[in-house]
Amino acid sequence: MDMKTIYLLIPLAPLFGALVAGLFGWAIGRRAAHCVTIGGVAVSFALSAYVLNHMLSGGEAYNGTVYTWLSINGVDFNVGFLVDTLTAMMMCVVTFVSLMVHIYTIGYMHEDPGYQRFFSYISLFTFSMLMLVMANNFVQLFFGWEAVGLVSYLLIGFWFKRPTATFANLKAFLVNRVGDFGFLLGIGLVLAYFGSLDYAEVFAKAPELKDTTITLMTGHTWSLMAVTCILLFVGAMGKSAQFPLHVWLPDSMEGPTPISALIHAATMVTAGIFMVARMSPMFELSETALNFVLVIGAITALFMGFLGIIQNDIKRVVAYSTLSQLGYMTVALGASAYSVAVFHLMTHAFFKALLFLAAGSVIMGMHHDQDIRNMGGLRKYMKITWITSLIGSLALIGTPFLSGFYSKDSIILAVEASTLPGAGFAQFAVLAGVFVTAFYSFRMYFLVFHGKERWMEQGHHHAHDADAHDEDEHHHGLGPNDKPHESPWVVTLPLVLLAIPSLVIGYLAIGPMLAGDFFKNVIFVNHDLHPAMEAVIHHAHDAFHMGLHAFATLPFWLAAAGVAAAFVFYMVKPALPAAIDRVFSKIGVRKLLEQKYYMDHLYINGFAAAGRGLGTVLWKVGDAILIDGLLVNGSAKVVGFVASIVRRLQTGYIYHYAFAMIIGGLVFITVWLGVILGWFGPEAREWIGNLLYSRA
Amino acid sequence: MTWTSLNAGIALPEIFLLCATCALLLIDLFVSDARRGVTHALALVTLAITGVLLWCGYSPAPELAFSAMFVADPIATLAKGGMVLGVALVLIYGRSYAADRGIYKGELYSLTLFSLSGMMVMASAVNLLTLYVGLELLSLSLYALVALQRDSVNATESAMKYFVLGALASGMLLYGMSMIYGATGSLNVYEIGHRLLVGEGNRLLAVFGLVFIVTGIAFKLGAVPFHMWVPDVYHGAPTVITQLIGSAPKLAAFAFIIRLLAQALEGFAPDWRGMLIVLAVLSLAIGNLSAIAQSNIKRMFAYSTISHMGFLLLGILVANPVGYSASFFYAFTYVLTAAAGFGLVMLLARNGFEADQLDDYKGLARKHPWFGFMMLMVMFSMAGIPVFVGFFAKLAVLKAVVNLGMVWLAVFAVMMSLIGAFYYLRVVKLMYFDEPVNDITLSGGLGAKIVLSLNCLALLVMGLFPNYLLSMLNDAVVFSLPL
Repeated sequence: MDMKTIYLLIPLAPLFGALVAGLFGWAIGRRAAHCVTIGGVAVSFALSAYVLNHMLSGGEAYNGTVYTWLSINGVDFNVGFLVDTLTAMMMCVVTFVSLMVHIYTIGYMHEDPGYQRFFSYISLFTFSMLMLVMANNFVQLFFGWEAVGLVSYLLIGFWFKRPTATFANLKAFLVNRVGDFGFLLGIGLVLAYFGSLDYAEVFAKAPELKDTTITLMTGHTWSLMAVTCILLFVGAMGKSAQFPLHVWLPDSMEGPTPISALIHAATMVTAGIFMVARMSPMFELSETALNFVLVIGAITALFMGFLGIIQNDIKRVVAYSTLSQLGYMTVALGASAYSVAVFHLMTHAFFKALLFLAAGSVIMGMHHDQDIRNMGGLRKYMKITWITSLIGSLALIGTPFLSGFYSKDSIILAVEASTLPGAGFAQFAVLAGVFVTAFYSFRMYFLVFHGKERWMEQGHHHAHDADAHDEDEHHHGLGPNDKPHESPWVVTLPLVLLAIPSLVIGYLAIGPMLAGDFFKNVIFVNHDLHPAMEAVIHHAHDAFHMGLHAFATLPFWLAAAGVAAAFVFYMVKPALPAAIDRVFSKIGVRKLLEQKYYMDHLYINGFAAAGRGLGTVLWKVGDAILIDGLLVNGSAKVVGFVASIVRRLQTGYIYHYAFAMIIGGLVFITVWLGVILGWFGPEAREWIGNLLYSRA
Repeated sequence: MTWTSLNAGIALPEIFLLCATCALLLIDLFVSDARRGVTHALALVTLAITGVLLWCGYSPAPELAFSAMFVADPIATLAKGGMVLGVALVLIYGRSYAADRGIYKGELYSLTLFSLSGMMVMASAVNLLTLYVGLELLSLSLYALVALQRDSVNATESAMKYFVLGALASGMLLYGMSMIYGATGSLNVYEIGHRLLVGEGNRLLAVFGLVFIVTGIAFKLGAVPFHMWVPDVYHGAPTVITQLIGSAPKLAAFAFIIRLLAQALEGFAPDWRGMLIVLAVLSLAIGNLSAIAQSNIKRMFAYSTISHMGFLLLGILVANPVGYSASFFYAFTYVLTAAAGFGLVMLLARNGFEADQLDDYKGLARKHPWFGFMMLMVMFSMAGIPVFVGFFAKLAVLKAVVNLGMVWLAVFAVMMSLIGAFYYLRVVKLMYFDEPVNDITLSGGLGAKIVLSLNCLALLVMGLFPNYLLSMLNDAVVFSLPL
């Protein structure tokens, strides 16, 4: 097989699985549906691993067009692949996590009537995500971008009979519209000024257009590169849930847990990070854009972490942690440490997928009770889930030698070295974030796995049950005499397989990815202007020493303080949180956090309500009277009227038909012979000539 | 004259088809009504072999035969391939429909195959008389086929109308051909083309002939104002025959137009361009506007055909290879789209129920989601919604028109397509959003259903990969035209 065939097979294998499971799932049954989709993704993963190995052993990057779909005015709309080390790494991460989630789903969705549909969707997602990362042009990138958005929408609303799920998927869809609007404008600017949609051509032309300015409003000129990059980044803000477009991600937890792991933690939400890293030759040219990225990322990293502290729904804690970690990656992008961002993307994909899947396992063990206040002491009953969760949490908070440590500390190092104006704030945000992360992670860990077995107590807290399949058939939560149980092997196997990279991938990969030339010629950094990477490379070349050195650095002690605080609050003195809560309630902080900084409030009662109000006005006046009344119904009436007349011409009498033919022939003869014989005056001739003899 | 000097080998597909049809006619005499399947199978085998012979005989360079009365060039060969496919689809989809209506007889098969011979001769003829003979072989077979259902008042009435008007049009066409012969002194298409280009011949006489030839062509295509027969015949004929009339002959008509206008009358391109503009504009407008007012889906398809022929003419009037290949693509894909549309109508029809009212399609998607979706693809493709092949057919034609500089014409065509989208989408709306009024059952065997599904899916696949066919047809036009 030549490489091109392999590159084609990688996305097509999951697509095939999705089509078979989706179209013929009713016929082939559950077992065949999961076999064919898992088979497709497994093929895809095996080939991706082969491709990565090929790249690591010095294989050439591939950039080529597979198929030209259409070509308008010299602009081609191609299906093409750009496979380099960045792509190969993303492909491996996507297919590996996807494979784990596929296997996990066998256990998790076991009782669900939409079993085949679910498999079809997640395979379709894998296809879309692969098309996104493998694109070599903006059109295909946009296709993948929208396709993953669509599947995400379908999966958040997988249990479409529940109003909360449909609300959440609508919200995700609408918020992403805002981001995609910016993204599309950015692509439009690229097309307008670069005259191409091919990455290689655009990147090659970028330095020439560094100083080009455009006028958006008269009197104000803007740097083309800054506007383009910021618009593209707005797309990333939607997809990667950056402040202030983050509001959809917590609600997306309405979807089944496997997709929270796959789509809303490991892969799709990192598409924005990947995209910015891919566009590094453009972002490097604009200080403004980088600063914007840095500040947005810093806000997200810190403030979303705070929200994680007060959540009681196990999935929402992890969701806010995802938001905060995405903020970290964005900060790294802003500091020009693209490779660090991508590195964190990779490690995070493993440990966050692990945490989500472990949360799903806990939810199954608790009979679909998601409120951590009802749990406690689960370590006795769910040993594998407990150990793997602990590994995931330790990796997340940055315990030295675990994967999260290397990527997160590299981000902190990069931000320290950054010279951008926003770097001071960003540095504070990422350092404070370390404490916050450790605190909420271990708050959850202690509440779930240690302490009293609270489900035995009467008076359950009723946090909402995002994973109830059917309100009527399922009982939620354990009764006082029930015991939690460990999940079947199809659930625990992925946990174990994800725990391994969560432990070691950082140690193994940091050398080549950050200090080595893994990303040479793939990610472009202007080291003179943006020295952040220098500091990272200095540490990254020796992973072992970096781990040892960590015990003498601030982040480690901040993380340790976070864990200690969580231990004191939730294990030693459980009365403390309530007391602190009362204090915070008095000064209004509690309320601010509970209302998620009033962002939802602002959007729903502000923008959405204003939109609806404006819509009502436009509908009543613009639509009902002007468009419907005058244009649509008016023109429809005209069309209908004409149609009824024309219809009447069709009398059914043969002599009418013959008459029409003869008249038609006669008119032709008159006009054309008339032109030749000069029956018409010069003006008529000119008119006829213009109309009928129109020549280019 | 020997076999080799005749060079008859290149007409092998036609010769085989004709012989096989005659044999079929004889064999069918000995087949009882209960075992008509034999005739059906033999007819399909005949088509398959004809297709294989076409495939084997393909040569990129035009080859002449029968003293330059017959040519095998890529346009002819590809068009014939499309026709064979179109006719095969007619037989496959129409079998159970014909059986339910008492027209599942040997005549159906022999006449259909004779009409195919006529079409194939039309595509390959390069002599005015041969062209005419091919056309008449097609037309006479079709007249008889429309009247095949003897007891149906609608069918006989429409056959009569078709015959009388068709005779009138044939007369005009023949008259036009005689004028051209008078003006140039030749019946050979290449010869005429050459003489007119270098300025020989009587110009007045030639224009006179041109007008009549265009009139005849317009009738066969069903372009306004020579379209009046189309709705009545589409409506009155049994649906299986409607499918035959509405699909493969469009390719024959395309080849016919190429022979007459692009090759013989190339020198008069500015003149016939003007005429075709008038025909195209009227067809687009009247076709789309009238289709809206129809409540019968066969009549709706009839008017939609008229508007599609308007599009076909748009490509031809560009009068360069780009335009011709766009039109070729349009005709080719239209054959498949129309075949799928009528095939679906026949799928829903059963004994005593024609399924030709729009209301019969209410709730189809709920009862039969798969075939509802197939119908949706056909409608989307006809409306020219992107990703389906109909979009690329329209796009190719419009690009050619815009390149010629006639932006107003392209804008007009788009506006008319927009109006047209209404009645296509109305069918989708009925299928997906309305409650079923009748109980909908499907007729037809599994084989027909599978072929029909593949046909509909082809509309999507060709939309995803339009370039293979488009470049193949483009090459065909480029290879065929100069000579």
